[in-house]
Amino acid sequence: MRITQGCFSFLPDLTDEQIAAQVQYCLDKGWAVNIEFTDDPHPRNTYWEMWGLPMFDLRDAAGIMKELADCRRVYGDRYIRISGFDSSHGWESVRLSFIVTRPQEEPGFRLDRQESVGRNVRYSTHSYAATRPEGERYADR
Amino acid sequence: MNMQQSITVRGKDRYKSGVMEYKRMGYWEPNYEPKDTDVIALFRVTPQDGVDATEACAAVAGESSTATWTVVWTDRLTAAEKYRAKCYRVDPVPNSPGSYFAYIAYDLDLFEPGSIANLTASIIGNVFGFKPLKALRLEDMRLPVAYVKTFQGPATGIVVERERLDKFGRPLLGATVKPKLGLSGRNYGRVVYEALKGGLDFTKDDENINSQPFMHWRERFLYCMEAVNRAQAATGEIKGTYLNVTAATMEDMYERAEFAHEIGSNIVMIDLVIGYTAIQSMAKWARKNNMILHLHRAGHSTYTRQRSHGVSFRVIAKWMRLAGVDHIHAGTVVGKLEGDPNTTRGYYDICREDFNPMQLEHGVFFDQHWASLNRLMPVASGGIHAGQMHQLLDLLGEDVVLQFGGGTIGHPRGIQAGATANRVALEAMILARNEGRDYVHEGPEILAKAALSCTPLREALDVWKDVTFNYESTDAPDFIPTPSMAV
Repeated sequence: MRITQGCFSFLPDLTDEQIAAQVQYCLDKGWAVNIEFTDDPHPRNTYWEMWGLPMFDLRDAAGIMKELADCRRVYGDRYIRISGFDSSHGWESVRLSFIVTRPQEEPGFRLDRQESVGRNVRYSTHSYAATRPEGERYADR
Repeated sequence: MNMQQSITVRGKDRYKSGVMEYKRMGYWEPNYEPKDTDVIALFRVTPQDGVDATEACAAVAGESSTATWTVVWTDRLTAAEKYRAKCYRVDPVPNSPGSYFAYIAYDLDLFEPGSIANLTASIIGNVFGFKPLKALRLEDMRLPVAYVKTFQGPATGIVVERERLDKFGRPLLGATVKPKLGLSGRNYGRVVYEALKGGLDFTKDDENINSQPFMHWRERFLYCMEAVNRAQAATGEIKGTYLNVTAATMEDMYERAEFAHEIGSNIVMIDLVIGYTAIQSMAKWARKNNMILHLHRAGHSTYTRQRSHGVSFRVIAKWMRLAGVDHIHAGTVVGKLEGDPNTTRGYYDICREDFNPMQLEHGVFFDQHWASLNRLMPVASGGIHAGQMHQLLDLLGEDVVLQFGGGTIGHPRGIQAGATANRVALEAMILARNEGRDYVHEGPEILAKAALSCTPLREALDVWKDVTFNYESTDAPDFIPTPSMAV
């Protein structure tokens, strides 16, 4: 399966040139670019690990692409996403977020159902990858 | 600016028993300067033949505030001058002989804090049936910050909605389940599952899907949540479906909303026809229960569409932002329903901006400060399809829900394919826009290229390539920008 979080998951994987263009778009808007990674892609896993702090002061896409390359060297077997953060009043949140790296194989999720009274069902989304300890989830797949 | 003088009768003559013209009773004050705390209403007034324009406009001020048809001595028990609404400006409507724009200021103390019902009982109350007028339309309102701050505003707001859904940087995609009437709960959930799995963020009940013999509401809710959770697990992405809780009584609506909450829905829906008080109640409930609140504007065209009489949708949009809904249908421009591009732009600005400058060419007559009230997500729905993606993004921007009902479910290869076509078209267009391409003009090329690696998009573009709805708008702005004289 292919996880479709983020802005461009329905397109073919972006090339570095395409990624740099999106990063430049964020920088031109004055947003801080952030690189995050995870091996737990549960849709409610909000807090991916940060690759350093958001790059508030970097104004050149090349610098961020270098950080991305470094992050990929260490965590290239996991999910990596880039986001643009807008600190202006009334927004103060993410403006753009997209996945730039994903594991070769994405095992996806199992839906658990707990039947209850009145045909009510408690649903729980279970990541197959997350059955293994953090750090070992995608390494040898 | 205004050369006219007040002709208000003052002192004890003002209260002599009998009938007196409204403009002499204190409802026409051409030298009045509205206070920052005044509510201001702009009406389009069309007096009956032979009725003086100033008198007609003063009568609107009177009948929407303190006046009755004759002088009453009991006015003297009150600070009557403060409570009288004051018409302070009357302009002829451009290119529309016999109609006038009346600017009327209302003291803040005339209104109960935080109540749309109270505001509207005055502003669009008896006055709309007043015999000396042929027609009357409420065009716009300036709501003072002091008044705005008495309302909750959107229960969730655009930013928090995006955070909860984990979706940033692109319009959200939705579809209304079709056929809107007749599907059983089991079949209905099938449409929801297919559309969400195919790539949509939301599906939606239609306005008239409540609890009918073919599908009672609990059936729909349970099957829909199965569909939402299955699609979430299949994609790893947050999904939602607007469960319409519109019902005959508040008690029924609360019961349905509580059930939606209990089974894990992140959004519920109401129709405009439930009324302002019910809407405000549901907005409070939604805030309390972490629920996004979608509003379908069912019924609005009965009073918003004709330019001569009724209430402009821009006013309804303002009231609904105060009332506290999170989504509102605000037009598509290019789709099947009424929507002049400039007028629609005005509606979208009212929903989404923290400050609206006066912009006559968009039908926005006043500066409006929203004082950090949450932003309201506009929804574009009705006769739109993937082939219009560049136009939709250009006209409607990024913070909008694009709803392709027929444009998803009518896809020749099924609902999933239809959903995928829309999502791919959208992502390709955002990518191109962010890369700095002239996506409005290159739109068809961008779509064609994206379709090379996405057969469903290719098929969608082929099926709907020539579908447009080009009819003349019935509600275009009265003011057209004219090039300023260059020296």
